[in-house]
Amino acid sequence: MAELYDRYSSVVYAVALRVLGDTGAAEDVLQEVFLQLWRNPSAFDAARGNLGSWLAVVTRNRAIDSLRKRRPETDIENVVLSVAPDLAGEAERARAAEKVRGVMGAMVPAQRSALEMAYWEGMSHSEIANKTGEPLGTIKTRIRAGLIALRKAFQTG
Amino acid sequence: MSEHEQYAEDLALYALHALTGADREKLEQHLANCASCRLELEQLRGDTALLALSAAGPRPPQRARKRLLEAIAREPRIVATPSGARRTWWGWLGWAATAAVLVFALSLWRENFALKETLASASSTAAENARQLEELRKIAAPIIEPEAQRVTLVAAKTPPQPQGKAFYLRKRNSLVFLANNMPALPPQKAYELWLIPTSGAPIPAGVFKPDAHGSATVVNPPLPAGAEAKAFAITVEDEAGSPAPTTPVLMMGAGE
Repeated sequence: MAELYDRYSSVVYAVALRVLGDTGAAEDVLQEVFLQLWRNPSAFDAARGNLGSWLAVVTRNRAIDSLRKRRPETDIENVVLSVAPDLAGEAERARAAEKVRGVMGAMVPAQRSALEMAYWEGMSHSEIANKTGEPLGTIKTRIRAGLIALRKAFQTG
Repeated sequence: MSEHEQYAEDLALYALHALTGADREKLEQHLANCASCRLELEQLRGDTALLALSAAGPRPPQRARKRLLEAIAREPRIVATPSGARRTWWGWLGWAATAAVLVFALSLWRENFALKETLASASSTAAENARQLEELRKIAAPIIEPEAQRVTLVAAKTPPQPQGKAFYLRKRNSLVFLANNMPALPPQKAYELWLIPTSGAPIPAGVFKPDAHGSATVVNPPLPAGAEAKAFAITVEDEAGSPAPTTPVLMMGAGE
C-alpha cells in the first residue's frame, strides 16, 4: 500500500486540492480514497482501466461531494472506465497533462469554462446555464464536445 | 441509433455528475436497458480521467502518508467479538476446513494489493484474484460475522460443555479461536487465551467475553512472529488482560 501511495498520491492530492482549494480538506479526501481502496481492493477492476485514472475519477467525485456538502454519491465500486491512458509513471503523466492542457487551451473559452465548471466545481448543467445565461442545450453540447475532443486527442496518439 | 444520439449529450453530463432532475431519471431508465449507452458512459468516464490530469500541484505533505499508514495498521485487526448467536446454533460443521480457508483469506486480502500493482499488465489474473478473494470472504463470513448462527453438535443427551477451538497458522502468524458454552463471568473479568510455546512463558493470545449464549471469537490477536505452539489454554483474568496467567488454567488443548 505504501508503494501504491507513493506512486499515485500526487495525482489524488492534486485533483482533490484543485477541487477543494484547501489543503486540509484535500488531505481528508486523499486519506478516504486510499482507505477505501485498502478496505475493498476488489472495487478496482484492473481489466477495465488503469489504477491511476480510476483513482483520479474516484477522487474527483469524492472531492465534489465534499465541496458541495452532499452525501457521497458514488460508491467507489460503481466507477468503471474503459478507456484511459496508462498513467503509472511520472513521465507519462507529465506528457498526458501537457496534452490535456493543449486541448483545453485550444477550446473556445465558453466551452472550456463550461467543462471546467462541471468538472472542477461540480455544477449541474442547469446551474451552468443560469450562471452563463446560455440555453441548456448549448451547455450540454459544449460539455460533450469538450470531452470528445479530449478523447480524440488521445486516440490519435 | 437516433435514440442513442438523443442521449449522447446527457451521457456526458451524467459522467460528470452534472445531470439533474427529470433528464437524469430518464437517462438512468434508458441505461438500465441499453448496453451500448453503458459502454459509451464508461468511455466518457475515461475521458473525464483525462481532465483530472490537468490538475498539477504540490505533493501531499509527509504527514498525510504517515496518517494513512497508521490508519491502515489499525484497520485489519478484528478483536474478540462476542457473537449474537441464537439458541439453535450451527456453523461448527466443517470447522477445520473453513477456518483454514479463513486464515488464508485474511492474509490474501492484504497480499492482494501487492498483486494489484503487477496486475496492470496482467489484468485478467487480477479479475480472477478478486473473484477468488470474494469467494474466500464468503466462506469466512459464517465464522467471524457476529450475526452468524453457531451450532455445536454433541452426542445426544450430553449436557453442553464449554468448548474452544483454536486454528493457528504459524507461518502466517494467524490465529482464529472460537468458543462455545462458556460460563458467564463476574463484571470486570474476562477469559484470556494463551499460546503455550514449545519453550518459554505462555504468550497472551487475546481476551474475550462470551455473549449471552456463551459464544466468543478471537481473530488474529497480536502475536510474536513465528511462535511455535505446543498448546493453547484459557484462564480468567481482569478484562484488560494480563501479560501472564494469574489464575489456574480452566481449559487447555494440545495440537491434534
